[in-house]
Amino acid sequence: MNRKLLSRLLLVGVALAMLAGCGGGNGGTSGNNNQSGGSDLSNLSGELKASGASFPDAYYQEVVSAFKEKAPNANVTYNAVGSGTGKKEFGQGLTDFAGSDSLVKDSDGVAAGSFLYVPTVAAPITVSYNLSGVDKLQLSADTVAKIFQTDIKKWNDPAIAADNPGVTLPDKDITVAHRSDGSGTTNNFTRFLKAAAPSSWKLGSGDTVAWPSGTQGGEKNTGVAQIIQQSDGGIGYVDLSDATESKLAFASIKNKDGQFVQPTLEAAAAALEGAELADDLTYNPLNAAGAASYPITSPTYLLIKSRYDDPTKATLVKAFVRYVLTDGQALAKEVNFAALPSSLQQKALAQLDKVQS
Amino acid sequence: MTTQTTQEPEQPALTGGGGGVRAERLFSLWTLATGLLVLAILALILITTTNEAWPVLRAGGFRFITERTWDPNPQTGDAVFGALSFMYGTAVSSLIALLIAVPISVGIALFLTELAPRRLGAPAVTIIDLLASVPSVVFGLWGVLVVAPALVHVYRWLNDVLGGIPLLGDVFGVPVGTGRSFMTAGVILAIMITPIITSISREVLSTVPQANKDAAYAVGATHWEMITGAVFPHSFAGLVGAVMLGLGRAMGETIAVALVIGGATAITPNIFAGGNTMAAIIVQQFGESTGLFTAALIGLGVVLFAMTIVVNLAARVVVNRAELRMRGAAG
Repeated sequence: MNRKLLSRLLLVGVALAMLAGCGGGNGGTSGNNNQSGGSDLSNLSGELKASGASFPDAYYQEVVSAFKEKAPNANVTYNAVGSGTGKKEFGQGLTDFAGSDSLVKDSDGVAAGSFLYVPTVAAPITVSYNLSGVDKLQLSADTVAKIFQTDIKKWNDPAIAADNPGVTLPDKDITVAHRSDGSGTTNNFTRFLKAAAPSSWKLGSGDTVAWPSGTQGGEKNTGVAQIIQQSDGGIGYVDLSDATESKLAFASIKNKDGQFVQPTLEAAAAALEGAELADDLTYNPLNAAGAASYPITSPTYLLIKSRYDDPTKATLVKAFVRYVLTDGQALAKEVNFAALPSSLQQKALAQLDKVQS
Repeated sequence: MTTQTTQEPEQPALTGGGGGVRAERLFSLWTLATGLLVLAILALILITTTNEAWPVLRAGGFRFITERTWDPNPQTGDAVFGALSFMYGTAVSSLIALLIAVPISVGIALFLTELAPRRLGAPAVTIIDLLASVPSVVFGLWGVLVVAPALVHVYRWLNDVLGGIPLLGDVFGVPVGTGRSFMTAGVILAIMITPIITSISREVLSTVPQANKDAAYAVGATHWEMITGAVFPHSFAGLVGAVMLGLGRAMGETIAVALVIGGATAITPNIFAGGNTMAAIIVQQFGESTGLFTAALIGLGVVLFAMTIVVNLAARVVVNRAELRMRGAAG
């Protein structure tokens, strides 16, 4: 009996000591946060729902899990449902913010003036290929346009040979791979061809275009990568992240300044520097000027409401987007995305001050 | 059955004061309601989808099913939506599937009902039914990762052998490098519908009365003559029904076909080239579509629905004609 009582008392004592310790610790950390002047990420709580573009999904998932560590009580979810659906759901008020690779059109169901663009990261879209015996390939925009239109059907076509002096090209059929689903990647790729090869490219631009009948469609970036992998003589457009993952070879693309540039994060960053910025912070890094720019660089945005009725929601959205634009930028490189140049980053942060609640 | 149900209420009516009659009324009302419910749901689907697709049907009219171009974002002008390429893809892939699956399925069913020893029959039935329970996405993944790359070699060989012959050369044309084509879609669909056709054919064939078979044997028929003379005429309608169910699944199959057919908008006699079907294009493009584009995809659904109904009605006509003829022959 006595022994039991003793051990119980001891337990209570230990528990009290632990509680006291915890309390002290909490006080200390919150004090620190206040001193550093940063917003209290650890005090944030609530739910944020977002959906949209699948192109930057790898990056957003990375940021969301890093944000979760800083703000354990805040729950952010991002569903990669595609830019179109993301905009639709955002317009219907189902989500708190949306991700999109393309700009908002009238038919997207989001009222003009009700939202703000926040550029987050950018990434190159590679022209990946699979051709045994050829490990270095250079293509000009006109040649890319003709290949994807199936005007050029063989790898040893004079147009390809002209871009690649000194390279022996095999007499093989070209298998063109494209997205079978509607996609912001297709949109940016075709917009590049429309801008850089206006005389050759005849298919227009958009999330879905009418690809010629001899081509193959694959689901998502990974599906296109798989078609390229499976066919000797295959070529297609894949985002850098998935192309690297699938160990595909990338062609160097001739930019506006006449240089052949490999799709790298540095070349994408150079394209961002060379891009013209509109007042609403939309910008077009496709076919950007600059000797080091990779011409098929895709921007991506978060769409946030310019007014949130619930002030706590506004605080949470601002905190998360601010995190994406500051600490989150360092994570971009790990998942093959290019961070924003600091000038653009500052302007993007300034967008957050426009949010009302 | 019917005579039983009409006689039964008389018994309790003598003792139980009419409770049975009420139950009978309720029963018939209930069955009537469920029967009508099916019709109502069908009608509702047809009306609402047609309504959703109305913008594109009004804009294009009959052109929606005669136009082969599908271009939501053309270089110049308005979007063009034509279902013909996908109708062609649905028809060709389903036809290939039937050409492969029907002989195999009926063969298996005949083997199981007429020839196989009982010991072998039961486990074979279980395995075939197991095949029917494999989810279609699994067939699709298997098709795209294993079957398509393997079949390319067969396609190349067929093209080498038959490519020079005028008409056959067009059908067995130059294969695409990945093997994702009408033919691969047909092969995968054939594997998917074989269990359904087999299973129903087996049930149908097992209803042939032993007396009919014995009679055929008695007049000196061989095994094969007995099957063509006694088994087939008796079970023809049921077999057509089995094939129709298989065809229905082949025409409507979505994800497996979307993975293996190649995703090209094309009308070509070359069965080794890529194409697309109505069901596949709907699942591929619906997510990112807006406005008229969405309406056009729903319009494809309406066309697919209509096509299925037409095919089923045609099958009913075939069955009725054949039964009349056989009855005539028997009389």
